Order: sequence, then C-alpha cells, then structure tokens
Amino acid sequence: MSDFLKNSIRFVLFILVQVFVLFKIPPLHRFVTPYLYFLFILWLPFNMPRLRLTFIGFLFGLCLDYFTHSPGLHAAACTLIAYLRPFVINLLISQEGADKNYGSPSITSMGWAPYGTYVLVLTLFHHVYLVFLEWMNFGSLWFFLGKIIATTGISLLLVLLTELLFYRKEKFRTNTV
Amino acid sequence: MRNVFLFIRRYFNFLFFLVLQIISLSFLFRYNKFHEAIFMNSAMEITGSLNQRYNTISYYFQLKKTNEALIKENERLNQLLKANFEGPDSTKKLTIDTFKIDSVQRTIKYVYLQAKVVDNSVSSQANFLTLHRGSAQQVRVNTGVISSEGIVGKVVNVSDNYASVMSLLNRQFHLVVKIKNGGDRGVVEWDGLSPFYITLKDIPKSARVKIGDSVVTSQTSELYPPDIMVGTVFEIIDDKSSNFYTLKLKTATNFFNVEYVYVTPNLQYAEQKKLEDSTRKKIQ
Repeated sequence: MSDFLKNSIRFVLFILVQVFVLFKIPPLHRFVTPYLYFLFILWLPFNMPRLRLTFIGFLFGLCLDYFTHSPGLHAAACTLIAYLRPFVINLLISQEGADKNYGSPSITSMGWAPYGTYVLVLTLFHHVYLVFLEWMNFGSLWFFLGKIIATTGISLLLVLLTELLFYRKEKFRTNTV
Repeated sequence: MRNVFLFIRRYFNFLFFLVLQIISLSFLFRYNKFHEAIFMNSAMEITGSLNQRYNTISYYFQLKKTNEALIKENERLNQLLKANFEGPDSTKKLTIDTFKIDSVQRTIKYVYLQAKVVDNSVSSQANFLTLHRGSAQQVRVNTGVISSEGIVGKVVNVSDNYASVMSLLNRQFHLVVKIKNGGDRGVVEWDGLSPFYITLKDIPKSARVKIGDSVVTSQTSELYPPDIMVGTVFEIIDDKSSNFYTLKLKTATNFFNVEYVYVTPNLQYAEQKKLEDSTRKKIQ
C-alpha cells in the first residue's frame, strides 16, 4: 500500500474515532478529555517535507474543528506539533540515521525510549497549547495545570494501547536505496 | 531588498507556520464572522449527515428515557386541559386564555417546531448541539430551542437541513431569566464546571429565594416563550460584599439524553425589534 493511500485512510479513521468514539464517552471529570487523534501527525513518514507536514497538520486539525464547532482550536494545536515534529525527531534520532532506514517514527525504528520521549514531548506541546487556548478567557491556574496533566495522562495511555493493539511493521531499508 | 527575499527563503517554513497559526487563531477568536469564510455551512451538511448516521444507532439506547420524558410532558399538558377544571358553583365560569390563530390577524407569537437532535456534547467548555432541521424547514439563526423539560439553547448557525445550536452549557451563553416566585430577574450563565449545574447572577438580596425554587424564562427575552423551566435553585451563595445573590441552579433539561427538541421562532419579534431600533435612533 502506498504511503499516500495509507495515510489518507488513517486521516479519516483518526477523525472518526476521535469524534464518534472518544468524544462520545460520558465525561468522567472536567479535566479529562480523551484525545488520540493527534497520533496521526506523529505517525506521518520521516521523509515528508516540512512545509507539507505543517499544512497537513493544519488541515487535519481543521477537519476535527468542523465536528466540534470550534474552528481553529485544534487546527492551531496540530499546526504547532506538526511544525515542531522535525526538530524533536532530529534531537532524538540515533546516530545511525534511522530516519533514512525506516519509513516513519515507531518503536522499531526509533527504539522504546526515544519514541516514548517523542510521543511525550509532542503530546505535552499539543495539550498545553490546546488547553491554553481553551482556558484563555477563563483563566484559572489550577484548571490549566490540572487539565493538562490529566489529559496528557489519558492521551499517553491511549497512545500506548493503540501502539500495542495496532503494531506497525516497519521494513528496514538500506541507505543505498 | 535582496536580503528580504533571502530572509523569506531561509525562514519560509517558519513564516508558513506563523501564517497558519494566525489563520487558525483568527478563526477561533472571530468565530462568528468567519462562518462564511471557512465554508462552515457546507461543512455542516457533511458533519450533520455523519452525525445523523451515528444517531440512528445511538438513539435506540435512549428510547426508554425519551419515552419517559414524552409521557411526563403529556401528563403536564393534559393537566392543563379545560375539561379537568370544574367548580361546584355553576355561576363561576373558568376560562383559559390562549392565543387564537385567526386568519385575518395573527396573534400567535411563538411557534413550536419539533427537531431531532443528531449530535450533542456535554464534555467540552463550548458545547453545541446539531439539529436535523435547517433553513429549508423554517429554522432561522437566533431562535430559542427548548426541550420538553426546559430550555436547551439557541440557534447560532443554519445550513439547508441542519442547525447548530449553542447549548446552555456553553460559556458564551447568557440569558435573562426570572425566579418564578417573586419575579426577580437575573442573568444565567455556565461556569464550565459541571454539566448538571448553571449559575444565576445578579439576583437582588431583597428577593425571597428558597432552595428548590423554580427559575423560568422571562417575557423580556425574545428567544423563548415565558415560563419555560430553566432550572431549580440548588444552592444560594451569599456574597457579603455585594447586594446580589449568586445562585447555583440544577438544569431542568437533562443534557445527557436530550433526543427531541422544539425550536421556538418568535413571529412578532421583527416588529418589536423595528420599534426598539427606531426608538434608539430617535434618542441619539
């Protein structure tokens, strides 16, 4: 399956799962909003040009915004993590140049610890920015911190479950190709 | 000049990122003005039809509760029937005032249009509902939406077949309401904490409020028919530094299982607004 087709299917699936499964869960607490959709951006291939990556992030966020009636909220957060993604990968990638040997970021291509850090950092960036925008008008520090921590915790759990359930096989490609 | 181009070329990624950020933030903060610009209406047709498909399944799980709500409403309406009232004294005659629908002169003020709720959120800070009834079926922007239990919200956007409703559980929703017992008016809003409770502000301390009192819509609001339930007083917060109470209300509508609502267009509002606007012009 080509990368384009695979990612198009993921695009639709992540939006649908977020809107019709995760957003439909009855609220446990006002701090807890289960977010998983941004994993789409983390799973995009290494070799995607940065300009296109940022734009896809924007488009992806905007699609979710149409469902939540909040134009711009998720788009802003997704653009941010899509823009920051290459910097984080450059910092975390091992010396051998895994970004040339493998297709996209995953546990096999990056290793447990760097991949975990990668997910954690971008999840945090996403949630901090999202909650910051959401609470800009209402301003209470405890809500801000509480919501970031609780939402990040839930998101990391969901990401872990997704990684375990949908194990992605990454083919090893040599540098010479 | 050359340096400017070099700068743009060098930092093109960053500038592109900034432009996208500015676009999305302006969508966010100038929400109402950008509906047209970002094709919100045509997008609503698509998201609405997806939501409707989802709703055909989830509706079955709510059938019991919907039925109960309808039975309760029927009971309340039946209780209002003229035939239920009879005095021992036949000289006393009981009449019930209703608006007549006259073909010559229309005295009806509010019309009830039923609509199916196809999407509803309670967990975010800005909650919206989507109704499967749009501008092709007489729904207009800025009309009230009520359920059989109490008020739900107001229409903020319509497409051909769907309408987007700002829920009472939205931090931008404000409405003037009154306490049924005594008629003191205040402003109701949501503090974003719990989907079961809303806040009523600016009730003067002269008002005699008890826990459990009903709070209903006031006739000064053009959106809703008067005396529609908003909530019941749950807690009275006495702020010593001001002359006003802040009341915590339990919402009359259960937002977790609202399935059918009524849109209530005000047919006389155009005339009222014209008068109010011309008055404002005269005074200036």
